[in-house]
Amino acid sequence: MHLSLCDFLSDVVQNGIEAGAGLIEVVIEQTTETIEFSVSDNGKGMSDKLLQRVLDPFYTDGVKHANRKVGLGLPFLVQATEAAEGSFSIESQEGEGTQVKFGFNLNHIDCPPIGDIALTILSLLIYEGDYEAVVRRILHHKGGVEEYTVERSQLEEILGDFASGDNLYLLREYLRSQEAALDDYKEGSGNPN
Amino acid sequence: MAKMTLEELRKLRDSRKSEIDRRDINSKDSQIIVGMGTCGIAAGAKTVLDTFIEELNDKQITNVAVTQSGCMGLCYVEPTIEVIVPGMPPVIYGKVDAEVAKRIVHEHIMQKKMVSDHIFDRPSIDIIKDGGK
Repeated sequence: MHLSLCDFLSDVVQNGIEAGAGLIEVVIEQTTETIEFSVSDNGKGMSDKLLQRVLDPFYTDGVKHANRKVGLGLPFLVQATEAAEGSFSIESQEGEGTQVKFGFNLNHIDCPPIGDIALTILSLLIYEGDYEAVVRRILHHKGGVEEYTVERSQLEEILGDFASGDNLYLLREYLRSQEAALDDYKEGSGNPN
Repeated sequence: MAKMTLEELRKLRDSRKSEIDRRDINSKDSQIIVGMGTCGIAAGAKTVLDTFIEELNDKQITNVAVTQSGCMGLCYVEPTIEVIVPGMPPVIYGKVDAEVAKRIVHEHIMQKKMVSDHIFDRPSIDIIKDGGK
């Protein structure tokens, strides 16, 4: 079981990367009471039959671990959403891609902590290989809506190779500053400037 | 913290790049790979990734590339990382937390000494046969 909601997000994105996606679109939309995550990829997708099975913890495709009998990524997520009365949905078209959505009520006592969103976005941008990732982060607050979008290709064009420690540091600072700007609008933080 | 714009990011990048070019003699010859499968994430691999970014920046080490991979097949000792340094065997470290990550930077990367109490073997043969994923 994962510690934070961001860990579930990382897990779902990793599935998309492993499905050979060239484009991964992530939306993280938060209100004062809820948070919703959406991950769409254009990877290899799944048939209806397979889609039924991936939610079974005793199903795995066996590619990564030949002798293993369990596949726990999505089942853990489903379990967490059920425990906290959240929502979960998955849609997939073979050869076209997959969309996973999950949401939580932040006030539910069994809702895991959100986790480090900036670091999670960083992590999903820096897998090796040529793919585009677009992350849209939206915060609805009492006075309106704040949001930012990051695109992997745009950041890569500015920074160059993400593997370089220096670039990673700058990328982290950039993403943290985007999140910090939202923090000002979160409840209880006082001055929105 | 003020929200950084893309233009500011570009400027920062350019100013740091000239700084790096001055001190960077042997480019990227070393690599740290952080395992980010379900098991790694659950065990705290993101904190480890964060610590490496912080520590390499702190120590002004520019010859190390940091990348991510999926599960390395050692789920029982996650978080796991692989360190590749020229002149040393590739090493997989397990049970890596922030403290161990700092030790890896100081001892393995900087002093070329392995952190022997965290070394674990390569994945079992069945995993390597299936493409080493």
